[in-house]
Amino acid sequence: MTASLASWGNYPHAPQSGLPCHWQADIGPQWQQLIESHGTTLPFGNGRSYGDSCLAGSDHVLQLRPLNRFIEADWENGEVCAEAGVTLGEILQLAIPRGWFLPVTPGTRHVTLGGAVANDVHGKNHHRRGTFAHSLVCFELHRSVQSPMVCSLRENPQWFAATIGGLGLTGVITWVRIRLRRIQSSLIDSTRVRFDCLDDFFALSTEMDARHEYSVAWIDCLASGNAQGRGCFTAGDHCETEGLEVAARRSLPVPIRPPVSLVNPLTLKLFNHLYWKRQSANRQYRKVAYSSFFYPLDNIEYWNRIYGRKGFQQFQCVLPASVAAAALAELLKSIARSGSGSFLAVLKRCGDIPSPGWLSFPMPGTSLALDFPQNTELATKLLPRLDAIVRDAGGRLYPAKDAHMSGSDFRQAYPAWKQLEAMRDPTLISRFWQRVIR
Amino acid sequence: MKKILIVGATSAIACACARLWAADRSELFLVGRDEKKLRQTCADLQARGAKRVTTFVMDASDIAAHPAMYEKCLATLQTVDICLVAYGSLPNQHACEQSVEQAMEQFANNGSSMIALLTLLANRMAAQHRGTLAVISSVAGDRGRPSNYLYGAAKAAVSTFCEGLRARLFKSAVHVITIKPGVVDTPMTLGLALPALLVAQPDTVARRIVAGINRQVAVLYVPGFWGLIMWLIRLIPQPLFKRLNL
Repeated sequence: MTASLASWGNYPHAPQSGLPCHWQADIGPQWQQLIESHGTTLPFGNGRSYGDSCLAGSDHVLQLRPLNRFIEADWENGEVCAEAGVTLGEILQLAIPRGWFLPVTPGTRHVTLGGAVANDVHGKNHHRRGTFAHSLVCFELHRSVQSPMVCSLRENPQWFAATIGGLGLTGVITWVRIRLRRIQSSLIDSTRVRFDCLDDFFALSTEMDARHEYSVAWIDCLASGNAQGRGCFTAGDHCETEGLEVAARRSLPVPIRPPVSLVNPLTLKLFNHLYWKRQSANRQYRKVAYSSFFYPLDNIEYWNRIYGRKGFQQFQCVLPASVAAAALAELLKSIARSGSGSFLAVLKRCGDIPSPGWLSFPMPGTSLALDFPQNTELATKLLPRLDAIVRDAGGRLYPAKDAHMSGSDFRQAYPAWKQLEAMRDPTLISRFWQRVIR
Repeated sequence: MKKILIVGATSAIACACARLWAADRSELFLVGRDEKKLRQTCADLQARGAKRVTTFVMDASDIAAHPAMYEKCLATLQTVDICLVAYGSLPNQHACEQSVEQAMEQFANNGSSMIALLTLLANRMAAQHRGTLAVISSVAGDRGRPSNYLYGAAKAAVSTFCEGLRARLFKSAVHVITIKPGVVDTPMTLGLALPALLVAQPDTVARRIVAGINRQVAVLYVPGFWGLIMWLIRLIPQPLFKRLNL
């Protein structure tokens, strides 16, 4: 069967035909076959990139999700080596009962190891542990014309740095070896508190980030006037006692893709208002399952379908610390005025641990992420306005989420793009890359 | 925790079943043609919690090699709780129509070699008076369709053989389960143009197979809706069926 694949945001709508690799030995021949028939291709994991960074220029991808075997698991020292198509969730399934967890995890467990490296994902503990690259021991990189090489900080360090956050352009990652971290419990001690304005967010973040490993905030992206910048701050740490249990609850799927987006100014305003009201003004301490703390959206399978056939775009930017407060206020004002946005808008303070990856997204400062239902006004009005604010602040957008940023913004924000372009495998190119390097 | 022999262990369906058994700390004896693939499968299952995994390289169409394989398996596992016979290949129907040699080779691979193996396994299991023989046949064996009747004929032979064997071994407290997968997203079906709704994922299929083995089902369609589809297809009368290009 040849699958038809899409990116998570389903925008741009460009169905990809995938040639699956079930065995490591399949990679070379399948890749050659794609080159011969389509010129270029792109490695594709589990399709969790939102925009066009996971879509091949030729619309024919090398599908690596079926390559999902573990190669070695050392439960004494907490090290796992697995093929690139293994998802973080599959690792957790084995690691948690044995008292281990991922040192860095993004907001979904459905990303593959290869994808986690290629996008250098980060999570709620960025201020403590940096990006996914810091859990890497090494990985194997397969190039179309060289024999496969092992890359780490010491071995082939150039390829290591280029491939981390390298958007799958330097070659195909065949396997990845990562370090895990010890946990005593699968529960998280969490603290929640609501805040009324951005100043309060920054004050909370300063206080909580110093004390807790994980922190993140939900923000009401439609609140304006006095209410602008209101939201709810969540911090957490791994519990010291209680059992080690893998989340067993089956997720409920959104069964179909409705013709129009269910997220509209009316539903959004209502939801955000009720959600904010529900939060307690006092600090609430609770023990919650790791799955609902880290992966709340994974509980709704195919949640991306609620945006309808046209899909959606995610906007995620990071703003340098010195100007973050002012720029954020500007962004929120523009978003509230547009009436567009998402239920889940996320604010997160990023730390100053640098990633070895050249094109890694985070920088010291504050990151804002939210979704917009796709419509024509988005590209002509709102996004250019937001891009200008980010540009003036010296911030940048996240390629893994992006379907719109201009080439000049990208090249300005990621000057190492030239080095990556020089090391790109000539047979690999994405729609994203075609768009931004011109 | 069980002791399990899998012949055709690198097939996608077998791998997915083996992962479920590995999570249960089972002991596995894997038989396959490709040493490298067997090694990779073995490492995967060990990481997933299998108590012990042993590999054995054998081409199942080489009937003479079967007894030595089973001796080694028994020496390793001591006793066998489940034998999963999961090997096979999807022949090119058109090529089989043109070449007697190919037709016979494919029939041997999917049909007669399996009957040979099952004959051996049946006697050994009967001697131990316990265990389950789980055999992957196919929905293709339910009716001879013009697009795939050589494979279908081989699988029909296997299904019928298993039905008889089930009745025979029942008296020896050995259970035989005939598993009939529909279309599963595996390397075997790569490149076939199939409606996405009908295509099942190997791990979904594996969960049903492992549960079916535990419940001692006689004939198991996977996914279950194929039972209904094949019932309807069997109802089509000959005068109409021969005019169709199923």
